Amino acid sequence: MYEKKAIISNDKDWVMIWLYVIIAVIGLICIFSVEFKADDNFFKSIIAFKKNYSKQFFYLIACFVLATFILLMDSKFFTATPNLLYAFGVLLMVATFAVGKSVNGSRSWIPLGFMNLQPVETCKIFTALALAKYLSRPETDFTKTKSQLLASGICFLPVIFSLLQNETGLALVYFTFLLPMYREGFPPVYLVLGASLGVLLVVSLLFPTLQLVIALTIIALIFFYFLRRKIKRDKGILVMIFLCWSLSTCFVGLAVPFIFKHVFQKYQADRIFSMVGRDNPFVEHDTTAALMSTTTKPIKSDNENYNVKQSKIAIGSGGLFGKGFMKGTQTQGDFVPEQHTDFIFTSLGESFGFVGCTILMLLYLGLLLRIVFIAERQRSTFSRVYAYSVASIIFFHVAINICMTIGLAPVIGITLPLMSYGGSSLFTFTILIFILIRLDADRQMVLR
Amino acid sequence: MPVYNESRKNIIRLIFISLFVIIIIRLFTLQVITSKYKILAEDQGMFRKVVYPDRGIVFDRKKNAILQNTNISDLMVTPNKLKGIDTAALCEILGIDTTQFKKRIIELIIKNGRTRPAVFEALLSDDKMAKLNESLYKFTPAFYLQERSVRSFPFDAAANVLGYTAEVDTNFLKKHPGEGYVAGDYAGMTGLERTYEKVLMGERGIEYWKRDNKNRLTERLEKGIYDTMAIAGQNLYTSIDVELQQLGEKLMQNKLGSIVAIDPKTGGILAMVSAPTYHPNYLTGSERRRHFSELFLNPALPLLNRTVSATYSPGSTFKTLQALIGLHEGVITTDTRFSCGGAFYGCGGGRPMKCLDVGTFDLRGAITISDNTYFANVMQRVMNNPKYPNPDSALLHWDRYMYGFGLGHRLGVDVPSEKTGNIPTPTYYDKVYGSGHWNFCTFRSVSIGQGEVNVTPLQVANEMAYIANKGWYYTPHVVDSIDGGDKFDMLSKYRKKIIPTFIPDSIFEAVHDGMQGVVDRGTGAGAKVKDIVICGKTGTVENYYHGVKQQNHSFFCGFAPRDNPKIAIMCVVENSGHFGGTYAAPIVGLMIEKYLKDSITDKARVARLEQLSNLNLMPPRIFIELKRQDSMRHSKDSAYLLSKGYIKLIRDTVGIDEDQVDKDELEKVKKEKPIDSKPKKDTSVKSDAILINDKKLNRTADSIKTKKRNTR
Repeated sequence: MYEKKAIISNDKDWVMIWLYVIIAVIGLICIFSVEFKADDNFFKSIIAFKKNYSKQFFYLIACFVLATFILLMDSKFFTATPNLLYAFGVLLMVATFAVGKSVNGSRSWIPLGFMNLQPVETCKIFTALALAKYLSRPETDFTKTKSQLLASGICFLPVIFSLLQNETGLALVYFTFLLPMYREGFPPVYLVLGASLGVLLVVSLLFPTLQLVIALTIIALIFFYFLRRKIKRDKGILVMIFLCWSLSTCFVGLAVPFIFKHVFQKYQADRIFSMVGRDNPFVEHDTTAALMSTTTKPIKSDNENYNVKQSKIAIGSGGLFGKGFMKGTQTQGDFVPEQHTDFIFTSLGESFGFVGCTILMLLYLGLLLRIVFIAERQRSTFSRVYAYSVASIIFFHVAINICMTIGLAPVIGITLPLMSYGGSSLFTFTILIFILIRLDADRQMVLR
Repeated sequence: MPVYNESRKNIIRLIFISLFVIIIIRLFTLQVITSKYKILAEDQGMFRKVVYPDRGIVFDRKKNAILQNTNISDLMVTPNKLKGIDTAALCEILGIDTTQFKKRIIELIIKNGRTRPAVFEALLSDDKMAKLNESLYKFTPAFYLQERSVRSFPFDAAANVLGYTAEVDTNFLKKHPGEGYVAGDYAGMTGLERTYEKVLMGERGIEYWKRDNKNRLTERLEKGIYDTMAIAGQNLYTSIDVELQQLGEKLMQNKLGSIVAIDPKTGGILAMVSAPTYHPNYLTGSERRRHFSELFLNPALPLLNRTVSATYSPGSTFKTLQALIGLHEGVITTDTRFSCGGAFYGCGGGRPMKCLDVGTFDLRGAITISDNTYFANVMQRVMNNPKYPNPDSALLHWDRYMYGFGLGHRLGVDVPSEKTGNIPTPTYYDKVYGSGHWNFCTFRSVSIGQGEVNVTPLQVANEMAYIANKGWYYTPHVVDSIDGGDKFDMLSKYRKKIIPTFIPDSIFEAVHDGMQGVVDRGTGAGAKVKDIVICGKTGTVENYYHGVKQQNHSFFCGFAPRDNPKIAIMCVVENSGHFGGTYAAPIVGLMIEKYLKDSITDKARVARLEQLSNLNLMPPRIFIELKRQDSMRHSKDSAYLLSKGYIKLIRDTVGIDEDQVDKDELEKVKKEKPIDSKPKKDTSVKSDAILINDKKLNRTADSIKTKKRNTR
């Protein structure tokens, strides 16, 4: 037994580990390039623990320690304790209401002295484990609606808390658990419906209505063209296409404008639009109204609008090969707010251009596909569900964060995994990934 | 283990890949295809900082710097660092109260924002600097000093020659497009600063700076590899003798008038004194604005360079030229004698032209005692010379001589605002009297340098150089050479020897004899200097101001030594009364002595120098005007007037940008084709420089008065 275990623990997935290290180091370099000024003493400021890059440096070292620790643990610990951990996570979130600290307007942080902990962030690990645990129970029959509802309940309980804490962005992350659930047999209709509604909503915020209607019609015609043989056999498909088209057109052309004109207050609509860096197209811009609204409109909306514009300028000015390391005028001039946390991608985009961005995207994609590959080689449902959970969380974070910086998604305060500054986020993703590596190392042993 | 769901892994992969592809496509359009963001980034992230080079230095003939640069400090403030500063102490040093302090800070915040440093007080005076330096540590980091290069005049002399720089206005920018000036730049406005602006300004450099989100400059872009260096302006080497200049200014203090001294061999101007002058350093430092308005409103017109911008009737100094023409035309010889019985009766009736010494004289004697009748006769003979069919052609011929002598047109000196002066033409008399209705007797006073003849002091000095050289001169100029080469070809015209008409040396010798006699035993004895043979000529010029006869101008011009002339000089003391020999001659004597002997050591001469420089010959009207201005106490408003578009008026007063009215007419005369042209507007003026400008001044004073009334 002992001998066998030694062999198995050598079976760590080094590709994953290297991808993890490379991305984390790129993140550290980006934070460094944002904050380091030419006249600072390099070693002094690294050691001083005062600058963000120096803190991130130590966080990263702590993460390596933590990762080693996790790899040395028995994988049975993770299969045995998810329910307990999940309960602990929920408790932490409840505790936030009592001892929470306000950072940037959301009361979701627990001060720990050396760093601030964000339970919504850490709770992702526990939820992933709990979901894996629930789905891997022998008595769970996931084809039944009851168990589907229960699994959804596990996933969406933290959403309620984070909405109450005014952390809308982080709440959305939990919707990605739909992906592992889909893999385990969750009916795809809900997934497609939810995803397409979300996409349509975002898209209708980003583009003028007329363009969208035209685009939707073209998509429908393409479907019609490719499915024309099947349609000959089954007229139902034609009806389906027509229904989808008319529904989405109505949603984009009627429902969204109606909601923004009549349901929301003007300032609310303005704020939502400024999140994607646009002016509200459903309201006539007259000066008196603008003057009136400045009194009621929260300043934050302007900031978010500014964020996106500056971030687009910084990334867009990078060009094909970028301006070179530490030579970005926009990031060096502190034009992009939050550029060491949520907008860390801008510094990479400006310094290393399209080529650098593409390489980073490929690294992330490699990481995701590797996780899917690992997931599929697991013998246990627990490991597979957990792996898919990790993949979808990372996917959601990367996609939304980068879309945010290039103006494809609203600014909702989602970090870039392993790159953004911040202990909470870094620890979370380290734990997520290394638990997976640990589980994967034992894939031969755990037969369930 | 639901195996049937395994195919779903591919769908999940597809979702991952497709979204990443979308993002990469979006990145491609954003970073590679669109150029909009690059421009936006450059706009907000980069700053082109213009680096101003030092202006060129001006040296005198002995390589003393007479115009150079010094650093004066601006007091800078960063408003957001003001907390905890002892404002009361700072206010005391700067001489302002705390409300004023607050007001300034608020203004700066509105203009510039909280985080950017701005000028709190520009160009600190020396005593404020001294006080601030002691206690600046108390006010850091909110306040700091920033040095700035300003012009300085180490000898505090030659203000009108060297000129001043000032901020360019919109008018200037319109006139100089594409030369890289922007509002707020400084450019030479008068004097050499103006003429040699291109040379002195140097080449501006550009530094590329990074700029942060609060618009502060942080560091050089790429450590400055894209920067271009500022190249300092070229230095000017002038012919000015600064000690001579200083002596001239000392002699001319409390007087109106001017002295011009030229080196006849080169045409280089040795001294160019316009009195009253001003302290050139007044127009550089912190009090520039106040000083400027004071100077501008001063009725004695210190900003006017009288040596080139004032014109006078030349008076008897003109007789030397008449003698040259008479001799060369052959209407007289050196031995021709005319007698004066108290006045010139050659024209019969009318006001007789008096002569002071009754008797009979040959040419030399007539010059020596400045006999009016003699030269009236000479010019009458020139005009009635049977060689010429009518007075028209005779006068035209006479005019050509005069233009040749450098009168009636701009000489082309490198000091701006030169006036043409006036030599009457047949066209002019045709206008006034009608063609054929005039002859010599109509303008007989011209023969002795009164009437329509007008000259600038520079022209008189140049004419002396011409006589001294026996028939040639170089165009007078201040700048001899430019350090690093004459890139703009500004000096070549001063290298050309001008020989107008060939006149034999014997004629000049005769005139020199007469002129030597002036100093040795004639009207200009006051100019006599031991061991130096000086040739000179006095002039006593009648003049009118607002139609009222004023005290005579005192003129003296001459050159020395006679055999090997090294200095040609002229002096005019306006409205001094008495004769040309009384004041102008001794001043010229002292100047010549100083230049040729390098110093004035003799006790009697020093005493004479002191006596002359302490003499106050300001005409009373200046004091009356000053008193009137004082009583109006408008000095405060003058700054306001300056800001309200009175700059143009000042321009007119100091004579910048005058139009070249007379040029066309001059061209025609040269071609000897008198064609009718537009009548000149103002012809009845005897001594126009003072007249016109004083009129303007009165107008200004009046407008100030009305302004005052309106604001009450």
